[in-house]
Parts: sequence; C-alpha cells; structure tokens
Amino acid sequence: MSKIALNDYPKDAWLDMLKTMQLIRTFEEKAGQMYGLRKIGGFCHLYTGQEAVATGMISALDLEKDYVLTAYRDHGHALACGIDPKAAMAELFGKVTGVSRGKGGSMHFFDAKRHFLGGNGIVGAQIPVATGVAYAQRYQKTGGVTLCFFGDGAFHQGALHESFNLARIWNLPIVYVVENNQWGMGTNWKKVSANPDFAETAKAYSMKGYVCDGLDILDVYHVAREAVAGARNGEPAFIEASTYRYKGHSMSDPQKYRTREEVDAYKQRDAILLLKSRLEAANMLNQEEWDTIVALCETQVDESVEFAEKSPEPAPGELFTDIFA
Amino acid sequence: MSELTYREALNRAMDEEMARDGNVFIIGEEVGEYDGAYKVSKGLLAKYGPERVRDTPIAELGFTGLGVGAAIAGLRPVVEWMTHNFALLALDQVVNNAAKMRQMSGGQLKVPVVFRGPNGPAEYLAAQHSQSFAAYWAHVPGLKVVAPATPADAYGLLKSAIRDDNPVVVLEAEMMYSWKGEVPDHEYLVPIGKANVVREGSDLTLITFSKPLRVTLESAEMLAQKGIQAEVIDLRSIRPLDEETLYASVRKTGRCIVIDEAWPMASVGSHVAWLISKNCFDTLDAQVELVSGEDVPMPYNHNLELLAQPSARKIIDAAKKVLYREDL
Repeated sequence: MSKIALNDYPKDAWLDMLKTMQLIRTFEEKAGQMYGLRKIGGFCHLYTGQEAVATGMISALDLEKDYVLTAYRDHGHALACGIDPKAAMAELFGKVTGVSRGKGGSMHFFDAKRHFLGGNGIVGAQIPVATGVAYAQRYQKTGGVTLCFFGDGAFHQGALHESFNLARIWNLPIVYVVENNQWGMGTNWKKVSANPDFAETAKAYSMKGYVCDGLDILDVYHVAREAVAGARNGEPAFIEASTYRYKGHSMSDPQKYRTREEVDAYKQRDAILLLKSRLEAANMLNQEEWDTIVALCETQVDESVEFAEKSPEPAPGELFTDIFA
Repeated sequence: MSELTYREALNRAMDEEMARDGNVFIIGEEVGEYDGAYKVSKGLLAKYGPERVRDTPIAELGFTGLGVGAAIAGLRPVVEWMTHNFALLALDQVVNNAAKMRQMSGGQLKVPVVFRGPNGPAEYLAAQHSQSFAAYWAHVPGLKVVAPATPADAYGLLKSAIRDDNPVVVLEAEMMYSWKGEVPDHEYLVPIGKANVVREGSDLTLITFSKPLRVTLESAEMLAQKGIQAEVIDLRSIRPLDEETLYASVRKTGRCIVIDEAWPMASVGSHVAWLISKNCFDTLDAQVELVSGEDVPMPYNHNLELLAQPSARKIIDAAKKVLYREDL
C-alpha cells in the first residue's frame, strides 16, 4: 500500500504522469517493433514495465535547475524529461535529426537544454559523473538537485561506492535511485548481493536510504519528493525502487533465466493499470479520457516513426564533427 | 624573466587561472592540507579555501568522474592524480566519459577538465610507480595530451589546458618538479599542438617529449663535439601532434631518432617513428630509430633502473646506425 492518497496532490499531476507512462510504454513497444524490422540496430534496452520509476521520480524535479543522468536503458527517462519522441525515435534510427544527432543511439540519448545528461553505456559510470554535476550545483549555488538512476547490476560497482562516500562527505545535492528490476542482465540481484537490503548499504555511508514500490507511482512520487527536498538542503539520499522489466535485458535476450509465470505475475500489477484504476475509482478519469490518452500517445509515436523514416542520415563529413569543442 | 622550478611554474599557472576564473578548482589526493604530494598546489588552499582546493579520499575513479561531471555542468576542474600510475583506476572515466561525452551527445556538451600529475619513472620506485602512460591517453580521440619538459612550457601549457574547452591530460614528471628554468614574468600561453625546435641542426633529427629531453640534449652536445649537428624537437603536445614541424626537420636532415621513455610496443615513440618513416620516406637516408624504455617492468635496483631508461649513450648508439658511423 502506498503511504499517500491521490488527493494529496493535484489531479493534473497524476494525469500528467499517466500520460507520460503511457507515452513511454507506447514508444518502447514501437521501438521493439522497429528493431524487429531492423530500423534500429545494436544494443537496445527497453524500459517497458519500469515506467513508474522514471516518471514518478522526474515529476518531483524542477528541470529548470535540476539534472537527470541514467544508464543505457534511457528512453523512458529521456521522455519523462520532456524530450520530443520524434528526436528520440530519430536517434534510434541513427538519423541526424536525433536527439544526439545520430551519434549516440539507444544508449546515449542527451538533451542538454532539458537537463538530461545521458545515456551512459558503462554500468555505473554515470554515478561519479552525476556526483560531479551535483558538485557543480553546490559550487555554483544554483539550488539544483541531480537525480542519478542506475540498475541493480550497478550497485556493486566501485564507482557507486566511491560516489556515495563523496556525496556524503561534501553534502552534495544528489538523489541516487537504484531501479531494482530483479535481473542484472540474467543474474538475479539476490545472488550477487552480500546484503540484499540496498537501503541499508546507503546507511553505511550515513546517507538516508528510502525504499519504494516502483510499480506504484504514488509511492514513487511521494518518496522522490521527500528525497529531493532533502537533497536540496544538502542531504544526499538513496532510493531503492523495486520494479520489473517486461522485456529482455536487451533485444537479443532469450530470457532463459526467468519463467513466463514470473513475468505474467508482474504484469498483473502493471504500473500504468494500477494508476489508471486508482484514478477511475476516485472519479478522476473516465473511459473516454483514457481512450484519448491512448490515442494521443499512439499518434505521437506514429508521427515519431514517420519523422525518423523521413529524416536524413548524417552526412559522411559528420564523422569528424562534434569531437572537440 | 625569473628562474622557477617546474613545480613553481605549474603552481603559478594554477594560481593565476584560479584568480582569473572562479569556476576553476583543484581536486585530488593531498592537494590541500598537505600542499600537494609533490607540493605543486602549495599555498593554494590558504589562498582559495577548501571549496576550490578540494582534498579527496583515495578514490581515483570517483573523483576523476566527479571532475567530468563538474565540467559538463559548467566548472573547470583541475583533477590532480598523485601519479599517472594511480590513474589506471580512473581510466574508464577518462576514456569512456571525458573523451566521448561531447561526441555521444552530438556536440551538445563540452568537457573542460584537466587531468594532471607526474608520469614516467623517477628513482627507486620499482615497477608499479615507474611507468610512462603517454600512449594510454594519446590513443584516445577526444582527449588532448600535453607533456611540458621545461618550467616555461609547464606554465604556458597548463594555462592553455585549463582554458581549453576539452579534456586535457598533462604529463608531468616527478624528477622534473625540481628542475629549474627561465620563465618570463609576464603572462603567456603556450598553444596546444605546437612542437618546439629546441636546438637547430642539419645532420639528424632527435624527437622526444617530457623528461627524456634532458638526455636528448646531452646526446646532441656529445654529437656536436664530434662535429655532428643534431636538431632536437620537443613535441610538447602529443595530441594533437604537430606533424608538420617534425616532417620539415626530417626532410632537412634525412635522419631521425625518436626518444620515448615508455615501453616500445604501441608507444607514442613508435607511432611517431612510423609517421616519419611513412611521410618522409623519400628523403630518409637511413631507417628511423627508436630509443625507448626497455621492455621490462621497472626494477628497484638503481643500476638496473637506469639501464631500463633512455640515456645519452643509447641515443649515441642509435646515431651510429642512422649516420652509418662507428666512431661516435
């Protein structure tokens, strides 16, 4: 059960989150199809199932001054930061109109204007970088906070532990979020965690450790607001959001490590349906409004594919650009 | 003109740049209270305070990555590595983030960070503390790499590095910190990407960078006593590399020896030797020789460690080959 009620926040906030989650879901399903059609190549990690985490967390930010960094499963976070689905899909297609001008691909979405700083393909490598962004925010007294996402697979990287220590000794305005989707590629997190209580490990660095139900966006949003408010006052924090990915680690994952029953069980508690049914029960959403959201997302995503298809490839000369400032 | 040590020249560069730009800060192990493991940041904590001269825990990966993040968010960090030997722990942040974030973002980000510290062998430090990693950094597109060999260049190149909007790796050397040289009193920058013809000559070209400049100049002096005029070029900047200055010299002399204290395989020296062989082929009168560090982990014993490094004698031996003379 979530600790808060829908009425604790404005109805529009929840409807915006519902729309964002549905946009991510629709986008990712289309990306999967486009991958099957070989419009998208390489490593492509879909966020389907985890939508409530990026959406609820990022909704708690003020992106005028706050920043977001994440790992390679980054489409959802980018869309939640307000990146145009057209630029996102074009990036997957490797087109020059993509959010990283076709040079980053699925794993390296960037939008500096929207304060989305990647998109990192090395497990845990964004964690020290995010810590440095928070260092700059404190140094320049911007009042901003950095939100740093990573998966359970990153939790045991030295980069994480070094960063936790730095954030605490310098009281940096940062919130670290582990999206525990249970599987680091094909390895269950419990099998490789000496202490499966991640929040307790954060406490080892004298950092506040929160736990939230990553499928329940009410809980995610509530915990995120509290952690972000603390970080703004120089209290770095850590949140474990337990969640689940419906698709494989990447598009090339046969998923022999888990059962169909496990996946289906999680789909019974789908994050989007959970919020939708709550809003309906509270008379904040009717069928017609929901149908409109679904249709709008489909249109947006269809348009993103059309845009990506029609966009030009980077010219050969682009090979040598964007390397040095 | 003042006579400064290499260490003092670096210190003056950082001091001036910190005074000039409030976004410049120093971060690393022992940079503050201890005044720097090699005293390069001496006095700066007292002058600029702990926010701008930041002592870190021993966590190279963490604070190097933090420097990258601070740079993309608008600061100009100077990350001090106590030595480049320890920077291996931070290799991922330099290679995968500092060098690539601009390109991966399609040109949206800039990464104005400096990574600096002593590189290469000193004395009695044994295998783990006596390594030249110039090639590790030079290999990576997206990085700039400089190797000042004199106090004047240490000052001018570090200032350029701090003002550069790209990640710059600075190769210093423990032995050089106490070396003295004339440094102009007025402010100046040494441009990144320009080699320096340290000594002019017409008979052969000696190309080197960093600490081996000293033994290279010694060998040039010994050759001069035999009537051979060696031109000595200090690369100063390894990436970008000032190829034109090198080719102009070799086209004049027709003979070339490259001196690099690193191991020979896939080194800066072997790369430069290949470039000269390829691009000056028509004008070469002999094969290009490479005087490198010996291909062994550095031993502790002093006689052995000296044997492992380039020396004036080894350069003269190479000169015998390219000049076809046994009497040198």
